[in-house]
Amino acid sequence: MAHISLQVCSKRLTGMGLEMLMTFSSWNWLLWLMVLAGSEASSYVNESSNSTAQQAPGAQFAASSSDPDERISVFELDYDYVQIPYEVTLWILLASLAKIGFHLYHKLPHLMPESCLLLIVGALVGSIIFGTHHKSPPVMDSSIYFLYLLPPIVLESGYFMPTRPFFENIGSILWWAGLGALINAFGIGLSLYFICQIKAFGLGDINLLQNLLFGSLISAVDPVAVLAVFEEARVNEQLYMMIFGEALLNDGISVVLYNILIAFTKMHKFEDIEPVDILAGCARFVIVGCGGVFFGIIFGFISAFITRFTQNISAIEPLIVFMFSYLSYLAAETLYLSGILAITACAVTMKKYVEENVSQTSYTTIKYFMKMLSSVSETLIFIFMGVSTIGKNHEWNWAFICFTLVFCQIWRAISVFTLFYVSNQFRTFPFSIKDQFIIFYSGVRGAGSFSLAFLLPLSLFPRKKLFVTATLVVTYFTVFFQGITIGPLVRYLDVRKTNKKESINEELHVRLMDHLKAGIEDVCGQWSHYQVRDKFKKFDHRYLRKILIRRNLPKSSIVSLYKKLEMKQAIEMVETGILTSAAFPAPYQPERIQGTKRLSPEDVESMRDILTRNMYQVRQRTLSYNKYSLKPQTSEKQAKEILIRRQNTLRESMRKGQSLPWGKPTGTKNFRYLSFPYSNPQSARREARAAELTDDDGIDPGFQPLMFSAHSRAGSLQERRQTQAMIPMKSLHRGEKALSFSYRSDTSWGEHAGWGRRDAIRPKPLFYAVDEEYESGEQTEEEITATRSRWRTEHRRSREHYKSHSPLLHIK
Amino acid sequence: MGSRSSHAALIPDVDHIRRETGFSQASLLRLYHRFQALDREEKGFLSRLDLQQIGALAVNPLGDRIIDSFFPNGSQRVDFAGFARVLAHFRPVDEDDATIRDPKQPEPLNSRMNKLRFAFQLYDLDRDGKISRNEMLQVLRLMVGVQVTDEQLESITDRTVQEADEDGDGAVSFMEFTKSLEKMNIEQKMSIRILK
Repeated sequence: MAHISLQVCSKRLTGMGLEMLMTFSSWNWLLWLMVLAGSEASSYVNESSNSTAQQAPGAQFAASSSDPDERISVFELDYDYVQIPYEVTLWILLASLAKIGFHLYHKLPHLMPESCLLLIVGALVGSIIFGTHHKSPPVMDSSIYFLYLLPPIVLESGYFMPTRPFFENIGSILWWAGLGALINAFGIGLSLYFICQIKAFGLGDINLLQNLLFGSLISAVDPVAVLAVFEEARVNEQLYMMIFGEALLNDGISVVLYNILIAFTKMHKFEDIEPVDILAGCARFVIVGCGGVFFGIIFGFISAFITRFTQNISAIEPLIVFMFSYLSYLAAETLYLSGILAITACAVTMKKYVEENVSQTSYTTIKYFMKMLSSVSETLIFIFMGVSTIGKNHEWNWAFICFTLVFCQIWRAISVFTLFYVSNQFRTFPFSIKDQFIIFYSGVRGAGSFSLAFLLPLSLFPRKKLFVTATLVVTYFTVFFQGITIGPLVRYLDVRKTNKKESINEELHVRLMDHLKAGIEDVCGQWSHYQVRDKFKKFDHRYLRKILIRRNLPKSSIVSLYKKLEMKQAIEMVETGILTSAAFPAPYQPERIQGTKRLSPEDVESMRDILTRNMYQVRQRTLSYNKYSLKPQTSEKQAKEILIRRQNTLRESMRKGQSLPWGKPTGTKNFRYLSFPYSNPQSARREARAAELTDDDGIDPGFQPLMFSAHSRAGSLQERRQTQAMIPMKSLHRGEKALSFSYRSDTSWGEHAGWGRRDAIRPKPLFYAVDEEYESGEQTEEEITATRSRWRTEHRRSREHYKSHSPLLHIK
Repeated sequence: MGSRSSHAALIPDVDHIRRETGFSQASLLRLYHRFQALDREEKGFLSRLDLQQIGALAVNPLGDRIIDSFFPNGSQRVDFAGFARVLAHFRPVDEDDATIRDPKQPEPLNSRMNKLRFAFQLYDLDRDGKISRNEMLQVLRLMVGVQVTDEQLESITDRTVQEADEDGDGAVSFMEFTKSLEKMNIEQKMSIRILK
């Protein structure tokens, strides 16, 4: 009974605690709540485990049989049955509550990486468990880690990797990640071996192999964790890519090295290791890596192929994606190939095709589920880390630990600066010293190295505790010290010089110049190695996409549904006044000769405030990736506004007949905003996709001009009341597609690009509606041929579509 | 995209362009590739439509004006020389340029003055050499979200013009514009690294 009341009590307490949280919304309360809940739970658990320990497993029956009255007891308790899932769930919940609290206080995510938070939570749970002498269930062992906890983390980082910059920089990334990991591992291992040779430290029993193994596991870094901290600093795209690439490949390489060295250690006689074995080890390293990638690619293609057929049962699409990724991991592991690299390659391959095939909701599901799974895994690992921090199984050796710390930093610096020095010779845009320093400083350890240390077999490593302790120290140090200081450091290096307030003039002009620069950068596009990319794209179009992408036309219900959504949005926008003529400047206002009004400083301040808050953000060219959340779509609103306004101004200027080459406006046309599919919608769809993915370096393929020309035709039609509402919808189309094409825009890639592409599928019939219009309009000959030739260039890649296209062109 | 040779000799007038813009051979080549990539129908020149294909420009608040700046004097086509000329404004300023420059030659396109002139013409649509209050208002309207009311915008415009206007004519001339930005590091703000 006491247990029950305690349980009820803790529940009520949590409820009350949550209320308090709402009122105070302060981090402290949350912390106390957690502590309370945790201690309640664990003390409850403690008592119950104490009591149930005395009873036999079949507690109920035993109790009832020993009870002389032989009553059926109304309330029973069997904690052992649920212990493991219960505690795991509680831990995850605690971490989630902590994360909520973390983000409630706005400044915190910029001060420290979220790993700090997870470590704190882990330490807290650990201390609670330790304090109540509760025997924590041995939840983490080698098989659970490698089979269940690791794959989601790797899958998530592989899936959200932006492919284009990755492949453009792949040379540098492989060079840096691969060699960097090797240099770090062997460097740290060897240095520590020499330290161990010094008799004074009492480390003589750690042989070379063990040191090397320790070196390999301690060199597994997790630099992505700190990305959120210096997100708002202007870090260039290349730097982001290097950090990403390193994070992605680093785990894989460390694990491969780890396994190879464990295999070496298992050879019982150390003296038996011959050069042959070492060569075999190296060969194995290469084979394991490449084999893993190969497996991943195969599975990626298979899953993309299967998603082609799932349009009727879209509920299983996420399942297919996850199962195939997991299968690639397992299959690679079976053959002792690198599962991590396999699952990464699978995610990268799969992403492009799967995103097109699956439905919108499946796509969102996949993304969110992936984030959720990886977040859960990571949380659990950090909690284990915390649990093992507070415990009795430590071995402290000042020399080893201090030297480990020192060597980690030294070797990372050595590897960064030498490797980048070499690769800078071959790069078109070398990395500056500042960039290299940022890369060096972002070498924060994460869950990976701790897991590998924890899973060392004790039989082969009698000094395992020492290793675990050292790993923990390095992790804590790097996460807290480096994680917290990297933000200010990056901001300092960025040399933001304006401490003083700029005048309104300056602010306006500076922002204008930023926009101008961003625009010109877009005009310049990306310098990249065209040939290889072009070849791959050609191959992709000719063969891969035909096999892997669906051919079916969208059902008209989907199209009309989309239109309905847009109508609602358009109505909303009209109501909020975006579409009124006030949105663009009223030229009828006479020039006012302004008197010199003396404005008070407060007025100026408020003006400056208004400006700063409301000016449009410059499009960020760097990717913004947050490991722990999917970024909200704040920038879309801005883009939509801009597009609608442009559309209005274009219409305005067309009415005035200014210099826009849209040609003579057509006569009044029945603008049929049609929804039924046309004779060749599927070719159009394939067309659109071909166009859309032709090249994403900023040049939008024919689809865009088609939309623009469609827009222009619509715009050039005389204003009709009914089209008034239509046009903004098209601008929304365009807006979304524009966003999808400018993959580099300040959107979160996966989400936004995919969403943009989603919409690209829908407006197909729209385009054709206008196409019909335009065809039957009295356009100038030049324009018709211009547009047609534009289409023709589009068809150059898909000849048969052109043929099917032309009947449509000649319909009228 | 067809087989396009990457030989520099294919660029028409390459020497003249190089002298005028100051780009290196390699940069010019890359620009030429970009020009050809934008020119989808291989017309040999770019029209407004071609530039509007660049989706990212569509969501740039100043997208239209940037495109217009490629077509000076009301022309509808821009050839490669014009394209390179505009982009030359954004070449990073080389410190050597300033010292070894022959004072008799015209200023390089990426000098501070020319950069400022380029930015100035984004404001000054009617090319009268002055940013009138109305033009300033238009630019502000473009750059600001819809939440800002017209009255607020007008007062901001007034303040902006007032701050810069020295001779009291109610408009900002180019010299006044330059003066208001004398503390800004224009050379860095309006330089694109890859255009070296």
